[in-house]
Amino acid sequence: MTPLGFVLIILTIAFFAGFLGSLLGLGGGIIVVPALTLFLGVDIRLAIGASIISVIATSSGAAAAYVRERLANLRVAMFLELGTVLGAISGAYLAGLLHARWLFILFGALLGYSAIAMIRKPHAAAGGVPPSALADRLQLHDSYFDEAQALQREYRVARPGLGLALMYLAGTASGLLGIGSGALKVPAMDLAMKLPMKVSTATSNFMIGVTAAASAGLYFTRGQINPFLAAPVAAGVLGGATLGARFLGRVQPRRLRMLFVVVLLVVSVQMLVKGLR
Amino acid sequence: MLISRLLRTGVAASAALVVIGMLLVFGHHPTYRSSHTELAPLLSATAIYPHSVRAVLAAARAGRGQGIAMIGLLLLIATPVARVAVSIGIFIRARDWRFVIITATVLLLLIASFALGAAGR
Repeated sequence: MTPLGFVLIILTIAFFAGFLGSLLGLGGGIIVVPALTLFLGVDIRLAIGASIISVIATSSGAAAAYVRERLANLRVAMFLELGTVLGAISGAYLAGLLHARWLFILFGALLGYSAIAMIRKPHAAAGGVPPSALADRLQLHDSYFDEAQALQREYRVARPGLGLALMYLAGTASGLLGIGSGALKVPAMDLAMKLPMKVSTATSNFMIGVTAAASAGLYFTRGQINPFLAAPVAAGVLGGATLGARFLGRVQPRRLRMLFVVVLLVVSVQMLVKGLR
Repeated sequence: MLISRLLRTGVAASAALVVIGMLLVFGHHPTYRSSHTELAPLLSATAIYPHSVRAVLAAARAGRGQGIAMIGLLLLIATPVARVAVSIGIFIRARDWRFVIITATVLLLLIASFALGAAGR
């Protein structure tokens, strides 16, 4: 393959990854890393470095919209970023110590988890919101505009300490595997901290860019950001995600979701096999 | 809102630099379009890419496409960092000292991540 052909293939793969990712509410990274390593035989460390860059691009683009619509809770985001950034640094550092086979195994496990998380129904967090003195002191409670019912809804935030600890873990996964790890951040806010689902999703997207920047800094200074990979991956994912956002209201993602769950499970097994062999 | 505009401008500017940089790479190296033996060295784990800000700037000033693409990628990494820095200013203006400390700590951690990578090499 010529370098030009290679870059064009990556651009195409990344474009589809970004497009599908934005339709399904997944990051592009979860698709890009297996595609690069399994199909094209790229070194997994370089694939992760390229992916983390594309994660920043899509998150920053999406975050701009959420901030404008006042859906993301910026105070909660800033507070939780203490956990995600520290986690991301730990994860990126750990990635430098671990053997590549462990990266395949952990990535495979995370793909399996994401597939199962996609089938589960988004359940309304049950029960009341336990009071939290810390959340009061930091003034984390807020309100958002519920479009379906056309009214402003107030909400209270619970268990900020537990949320912070879970965010450290989500940040570690992000730094280690080059993904946004929204699949871990959203449940932490939704289930543990009792934030409304829409606010959780928007706030997660807002935080992902900062989380990824922390590990991207480490990957860059370690020399694992290869422009021949990272440039087409970033450009492709960003282009695909932008197009996907336009289609978002128009397609019925249910069947696409089920199909994709199967694909994720198959890829998960392949990554595990590659790591265990 | 300032944060929203900052994020969009950062992403758009870096995407433009990345595309221009890659076009320059293939413009400067005609063999990259025809040779089948030049890909492997570019992707090998031992291939050397600029991994300090100074090296990237030097490569870009020399007109190298890789350098310009890397500036685009660095700008992308810097966009969320700039967002955090701007937020500190917003919290200072609101005299919200608790959040000034929280946000400043996040910024320090981000800066430390660059230093840590450089030291660990």
